[in-house]
Amino acid sequence: MKFHQDDNWLYTISAKRKLIDFNFKEIWQYRDLLVLFVKRDVITVYKQTILGPLWYLIQPLFTALTFTLIFNKVANIETGTVPPFLFNLAGISIWNYFKSCLTSTSNTFSGNAGIFSKVYFPRIISPLSSVISNLLRFIIQLLVFVAFYIYYYMNGAAISINEYVFIFPLLIILMALQGLGLGMIISSMVTKYRDVKFLLNFGVQLLMYLSAVMYPLALMREKLPQFAWLVEYNPLAYIIEATRYVLLNDGTFSIKGLAYTSLITVVIFFIGLVIFNKTEKTFIDTV
Amino acid sequence: MKEKEIILKVEDVSKQYRLGLIGTGTLGDDLKRFWYKIRGKEDPFLKVGDNSDRNKSATSDYVWALRNIDFDVQKGEVLGIIGKNGAGKSTLLKILSRITLPTQGQIKTKGRIASLLEVGTGFHPELTGLENIYLNGAILGMTKAEIQKKEDDIVEFSGCKMYIDTPVKRYSSGMRVRLAFAVAAFLEPDILVIDEVLAVGDAEFQKKAIGKMQDISKGEGRTVLFVSHNMASVKTLCTKAIVLEHGSIVFSGGTDEAVSYYLKGGGEVENAKDFDEDYDKDEFRLQNISVYNSGSKVKDVIKESQDIEVKTEIFVKSDTPENLHLTYHMTNELGDAMFSFSNYKSGAPLRKDMNTLLCKIPAKFLQSGQYFLSLIVVKDKKHAAFVERDIISFTVVDSSRDIGEYMGREPGYIRPNFNWSIAND
Repeated sequence: MKFHQDDNWLYTISAKRKLIDFNFKEIWQYRDLLVLFVKRDVITVYKQTILGPLWYLIQPLFTALTFTLIFNKVANIETGTVPPFLFNLAGISIWNYFKSCLTSTSNTFSGNAGIFSKVYFPRIISPLSSVISNLLRFIIQLLVFVAFYIYYYMNGAAISINEYVFIFPLLIILMALQGLGLGMIISSMVTKYRDVKFLLNFGVQLLMYLSAVMYPLALMREKLPQFAWLVEYNPLAYIIEATRYVLLNDGTFSIKGLAYTSLITVVIFFIGLVIFNKTEKTFIDTV
Repeated sequence: MKEKEIILKVEDVSKQYRLGLIGTGTLGDDLKRFWYKIRGKEDPFLKVGDNSDRNKSATSDYVWALRNIDFDVQKGEVLGIIGKNGAGKSTLLKILSRITLPTQGQIKTKGRIASLLEVGTGFHPELTGLENIYLNGAILGMTKAEIQKKEDDIVEFSGCKMYIDTPVKRYSSGMRVRLAFAVAAFLEPDILVIDEVLAVGDAEFQKKAIGKMQDISKGEGRTVLFVSHNMASVKTLCTKAIVLEHGSIVFSGGTDEAVSYYLKGGGEVENAKDFDEDYDKDEFRLQNISVYNSGSKVKDVIKESQDIEVKTEIFVKSDTPENLHLTYHMTNELGDAMFSFSNYKSGAPLRKDMNTLLCKIPAKFLQSGQYFLSLIVVKDKKHAAFVERDIISFTVVDSSRDIGEYMGREPGYIRPNFNWSIAND
């Protein structure tokens, strides 16, 4: 009996794996699954609700309104020439994008254990699909922001976009990568130590206060100079500050800061990839 | 000679699991592992561990669910994987379908592997039947274009055409299973892994499903790995089989031999029993009881399709043997009494000295399953001089059925072969 040459195997399943082992060809083969997951997330979230996708808008609008009342009217935080409501809406929209990426991807393993224990597909598809479906949500929220922007502009508010507005897509990508990277790290830790899930819940809330969401960075430097570094070195705060800078021409921005943030983001993302990669091969035995 | 191609090669695969609760002590073990690793030493926990035998109590925290599994599958082959619960079948399938990785060893494949471990994975209750066909298909590895091409066939096969635009949460469980199987049936991987899907749906749908599986493995020349407890379907579908026991392969070869090996529990025969001096009573001495198919050896598997003989060897010491007779009570594996049979007024009475009595149970009378016989030696037609419950047990096996036939067990205790005739000629 003759056998074919033994070296043309399609793939090998074995215990040994490289540190980062992504088969991009395979992920590409599963692109339809990615699209269908995104579609599923978008369609099913608000099924059997009366307001449906309007919930995408209600939540940030009311949060922005509350922030405006509490932080700007009661606590008198100054936002310069920019209307406080717009200031808050910009910060909240991009912050929410990060937060939803983080919370949904951190649930990847424990939330999908049912599917993951039955069928193989590249696991990365799952967090990727959350990041993309959240992006769609963010874009809808951005449209609302644009509507309010035009409304305030028509009513004579002194607002204008900055010439750096072309880097806004880059800021969104950085935000997505940070959410994805941190989410992947957390999702891997949750499979073994459930404590992390509880930590995440209030950790995200604390992080919001350190991320310059409801105050300008300059205010922190002025009022609490000894703690300002906490916010300054927080890449999230930098992205939020930069978002307001390019959209509302308010706050601070520097190329150096952008480079720093990009570097940190890439590092977080790769750490996330490595850990995710390590976890996906055996998590089903521990989850 | 026809050229054969090995499509799947499993090389020395082992899988280790941790026993007990995960969490207590794992952090410590993790740190220890890490410490060994950075010093470039071997993982300290790979050395310890028992083979997977649930009846023994564990001597270590780690257990080998699979140990040194080695086999090849040729293209177009239908390989049966049989074994008791806990033998490692599911672990092997999980590794083959890349759900978890082996601790040691490797698997090489030349084709895409898709599994029907459990149908309906990833069904979303809020989505309609059609949307779920696409989602489930994509999860199983099909592209949108492939599903589009087969959409009509899938809907047709599932028999859910009327409800295809209704959310799946409104489906009955049977409809859900049928829809799920329909999607899976139209998968076209190079290697298909099937686990116990035959158990789904009603008889009509089972027939359809098995027919489809036949087409897949026979007609289309697909390679199939088939895991089942149902020996009839293994015999019908598979061309080769391996038997797993405590995580190792104990038999590998032809399907018939593998099924016999498995049913005999790895060579131990329970169909015959010799009795020692405990059975030496005042009036008689019981020597042997055996159950076998007429014309077969005692060690062979008992088939439903042949006559079954119960042989009793008993030495009668009493001078009035006509006062003694034997009665057997037969119960099934659930403990339900089925019937009794006796040599009283049978034309085969007990005589003094050695008696070898044969009782013939006709072919196609007993269902496949396990049976227990209790022996009662009756004195003077009313006293039980000797009673032993479940003195012997034996297993009757369904013989291989025709392709496309119903594979499940028929209802009822017995399966008599009645006489049918045509009366209107």
